[in-house]
Amino acid sequence: MSIALLVTVGGLTAVGLYLITARSLSRIVFGFSLLGHAAVLSLLTAGGPPGEAPIADQSSPDEIANPIPQALALTAIVISFGLTLFLLALARRQQALSGDDQVEDDLEDRRIAAEDAADGLEEVTE
Amino acid sequence: MSALVTITIIVPLLAAGLGIVLRNGNPIIRDAATLTGLVAAAAASLGILWSVQADGTQVIRVGGWSPELGIVLVADLFAALVLPVALVIIVIVQLFALGQRRTAWAANPALSGPLLGVLTAGVSMAMLTGDLFTLFVSFELILVSSYVLLTHQGRRGQVRSGMTYVVMNLLASTLFLLGLAFVYAAAGTINMALLAERIPQLDDGVRIGIGAWFFVVFGTKAAVFPLFSWLPDSYPTAPTTITAVFAGLLTKIGIYSMIRFHTLMGMDELGPIMLIAAGITMIIGALGALAQSDVKRILSFHVISQIGYMLMGLALFSAAGIAGSILFVVHHMPVKTVLFLVGGLIENEEGTSSLDRSGGLARRRPLVALLFAIPALSLAGLPPFSGFVAKLSVIRAGIEAAETPIVIAALVAGALTLLSMTKIWLGVFWGRDVDGSSPIPTAPAARRTMEGATALAIVGSLIISLFAGTLFDLSTEAADDLRDPAAYIGPVLDLDQTAAEGVGS
Repeated sequence: MSIALLVTVGGLTAVGLYLITARSLSRIVFGFSLLGHAAVLSLLTAGGPPGEAPIADQSSPDEIANPIPQALALTAIVISFGLTLFLLALARRQQALSGDDQVEDDLEDRRIAAEDAADGLEEVTE
Repeated sequence: MSALVTITIIVPLLAAGLGIVLRNGNPIIRDAATLTGLVAAAAASLGILWSVQADGTQVIRVGGWSPELGIVLVADLFAALVLPVALVIIVIVQLFALGQRRTAWAANPALSGPLLGVLTAGVSMAMLTGDLFTLFVSFELILVSSYVLLTHQGRRGQVRSGMTYVVMNLLASTLFLLGLAFVYAAAGTINMALLAERIPQLDDGVRIGIGAWFFVVFGTKAAVFPLFSWLPDSYPTAPTTITAVFAGLLTKIGIYSMIRFHTLMGMDELGPIMLIAAGITMIIGALGALAQSDVKRILSFHVISQIGYMLMGLALFSAAGIAGSILFVVHHMPVKTVLFLVGGLIENEEGTSSLDRSGGLARRRPLVALLFAIPALSLAGLPPFSGFVAKLSVIRAGIEAAETPIVIAALVAGALTLLSMTKIWLGVFWGRDVDGSSPIPTAPAARRTMEGATALAIVGSLIISLFAGTLFDLSTEAADDLRDPAAYIGPVLDLDQTAAEGVGS
């Protein structure tokens, strides 16, 4: 297992996780792209040592790389591609509705914040 | 047999494609096409239950590949028991949607029909698949259609809560993919039967690490404490029919996968942690419901609370507990769906689902009150409804395992659930009419379809209470199979059987 790949996976995961904690949906999209790359790379790493391209009739079974993680990785890439597009569409819609692409507060959070503000006001008047 | 399994997955997808092609055509032909696909899938799933019950676990190797390389579909008793309930519910909801489509709140039927088809295919695949990667793909199939169903009207609240929903679930999916890489690195396969042989031989640290990782992945999908925050905000913003499907099915797919994975891999050591999560989930959900003043939000918190019970049964890792969980899933799906459909009826009559702005509905529409009362009492766990049997079996398993704290938590959460149901009853059905309630104008035919679909689902849940004894026996049998991995591994790896069942080979 290559150290370089492992470090790359770790770095991508760290940066990806940092980005998805952001408020702006466009940063979150980048975060998920990086996390997706990390997941795909770790799938490839899990497949064992590198080898020749696994093409039938052209390379011998002893020398080829494990094709199963590659098949899984391809499927995962296609899925994450579609989801990135959906997230971007959502960000675009949010921008059309509110002028930016910030993730807004949960309804419950806002209700509690409003109640707190009202309580604070009462204390001041008392 | 292989034809039946194929129908549950392929036909709804084909119907969805047809629905999209016909989206601008005659709405009757379009709706008939999607509905036929859903009905065919539901009928096929009943056939699967029939044949699995008669002949035992059935395995299909898609394309004739060996389990190490290809996809296997496995219909064991657990899958065969849960799948028909899920698919029949989707049919009922689609009927309700066809009645509701002329009202302003309704989902766009040109979109929701085909998307429900995709969701159905995902649900069938998630329950029947025999390998983890296909489970991942079917989760994505379900989630992608749910993302679009939740946000397709593009209202402000939907986009706001849709973001949380999508981001949380996308994170869980990414963790799933990373988990797959770990499993493949550790065991060299993603086929569940092979994993069930290989994972118990791993180091304890690696084995429990994998179990805990997948507990987080499936726990996020199932809205287990503390990973539930995305649920109560997003569900109430969607159109009624969409919420009904989500509340009835989506979280249950998470619990289903958890039961499947953690029993098969023998993760008994995770029991205590799961038990704590289960207890907090039920109490937090019930308390959250009590604090709300909107029908749909109260019901959304109940979803969380009930997930606690299903997790509790699994966490005991005893045959009785798992049987209780299975029975609870089977009972919960129709009841929860009906409650949300009634929520839609209330919204239709009052123009709102807020408790403060409605009242006196029992006088004006006694039928709606009756349609609410039955599933509400069932959800709270009162006899003679299905909820009582389900709760009884879970709690009895808890007493057998001498886990007193969780039993107390379950009873307290049950009482709190009843209390919040009373709150809906007082707010919506009793009391005076509220000035300025503005019923959404509905044609009598549309109303009859909506009420008829709701009543149909209630009849379904009453049938479950009537046949509770049979279902309990089936659940116990399914749980015994789950406790014994050999019952799953044997048929999957058995070569002679596969030669006869291979599809397309």
